[in-house]
Amino acid sequence: MTDVAIQVNDLRKSFKDAHVLKGVDFDVRRGEIFALLGSNGAGKTTTINILSTLLKSDGGSASVCGFDVQRQSEKVRESISLTGQFAAVDGILTGRENLVLIAKLRGVADARKTADMLLSRFGLRDAANRRADAYSGGMARRLDIAMSLVGTPAVIFLDEPTTGLDPEARLEVWKTVKELADGGTTILLTTQHLEEAERLADRIAILHGGKIIASGTLDELKKLFPPAEVEYIEKQPSLEDIFLAIVGQTGGK
Amino acid sequence: MKILHDTEVLFGRSMRHILRSPDTIITVLITPLAMMLLFVYVFGGAIRAGTGAYVNYLLPGILLIAIASGIAYTALRLFTDRQKGLFARFHSMPVARSSILWAHVLTSLVSNAISVVVIVLIALLMGFRSGAGVLEWLEVTGILALFTLALTWLAVIPGLTAKSVEGASAFAYPLIFLPFISSAFVPTATMPAVVRVFAENQPVTAIVDTVRSLLNSEPIGNEIWIALVWCVGITVVAYFFAVRAYKRIV
Repeated sequence: MTDVAIQVNDLRKSFKDAHVLKGVDFDVRRGEIFALLGSNGAGKTTTINILSTLLKSDGGSASVCGFDVQRQSEKVRESISLTGQFAAVDGILTGRENLVLIAKLRGVADARKTADMLLSRFGLRDAANRRADAYSGGMARRLDIAMSLVGTPAVIFLDEPTTGLDPEARLEVWKTVKELADGGTTILLTTQHLEEAERLADRIAILHGGKIIASGTLDELKKLFPPAEVEYIEKQPSLEDIFLAIVGQTGGK
Repeated sequence: MKILHDTEVLFGRSMRHILRSPDTIITVLITPLAMMLLFVYVFGGAIRAGTGAYVNYLLPGILLIAIASGIAYTALRLFTDRQKGLFARFHSMPVARSSILWAHVLTSLVSNAISVVVIVLIALLMGFRSGAGVLEWLEVTGILALFTLALTWLAVIPGLTAKSVEGASAFAYPLIFLPFISSAFVPTATMPAVVRVFAENQPVTAIVDTVRSLLNSEPIGNEIWIALVWCVGITVVAYFFAVRAYKRIV
């Protein structure tokens, strides 16, 4: 097996007259966090949907864990998990039932045990027997991500995982993503939040105008710019620093 | 087998939806029950339809109305799954694709069966009596199940294609109205020629007449075959378009 978890070559996709992807190329290595950066409508979700077998491309090729997304889609589905832009949880079921459902569908041997483990890991044990539509945005997102971890897929797609979350919930998601990558999971995340890419990603690719216009580590990207000028400015706390200081990190809950 | 296992798991999920929100069964029951009460106790006395109690004449039509309003929830549940991203989640997992639709279809069969049983029980309290034997009841069950299956696959189409909640459930209204222009409430004999031609040649009349004959132990003519052809025909056509709509989104 190679070191490459996701390989995308000259990927093309149009919706009627809108050419969204005009030849996208990038590789994601095993165990790394790769951020696909782009503004709204740049084609981030389209790329993710093609890689997670939800959408067929018009041209080019893409493979995940060595399996072609179009010809071996069943194999691809066994190795991936998708966390879409909006928390895809069943609101009528409880948190635990949601996890058990996914575990059964993935054919996990002990569905209940897996569910319990993930509930504790994501701080949802107290809310386990409550209906998911009573969860806050942050809790629903945590459940959503927990559901994506059932069956420990090798590759996880996170499509704008922190959109619509408050700063605390966002930090929690970041922590989770880091932990996942430390555990060897390959993560492809999309974001329009520059700080998110900066904080999390091992490597970053910028999707713009249907193509990857730049990619590399943060340092490599920085080198594309003229050397930094040193300026002295007073360090003001950002509103986020203030908010977090006042609210207090209440045990990461 | 994977497809059976997945269907069973997903069927369990949507049955939970129904048990947790009994309002979906209650709202389905209100209209047909109100109509049954209205027609038996208000209009029924003035309607001359056959020789026995009017409730015996009316019941089959009421059951079809209940089923027609029940299947709207299938469209609604599919729409919600699509909108909440659960479809995308299931489709990106190693889940047998057809299980996702069949689970909803089976749920519709079971929940409509519950509505039908409740209405029959209330009709019994209102004086409905049937001389039908086990075989006839089985036939009635079979025809109603086929009718439910046909309309459910029909409901899958707007469930998969609608752009709004309203759109997903609006298609059921004409279906609920169809029994009024049939032999469900009054015999077709007194209707003006044009209406009568429509009434006698639309599926509800054949199905209602068949169910009524079976329940009242009357001889059954050709209408049972016409009823079956309608049910199977609608199922096949609706299934074809439903699967086509489904392929477009997966």
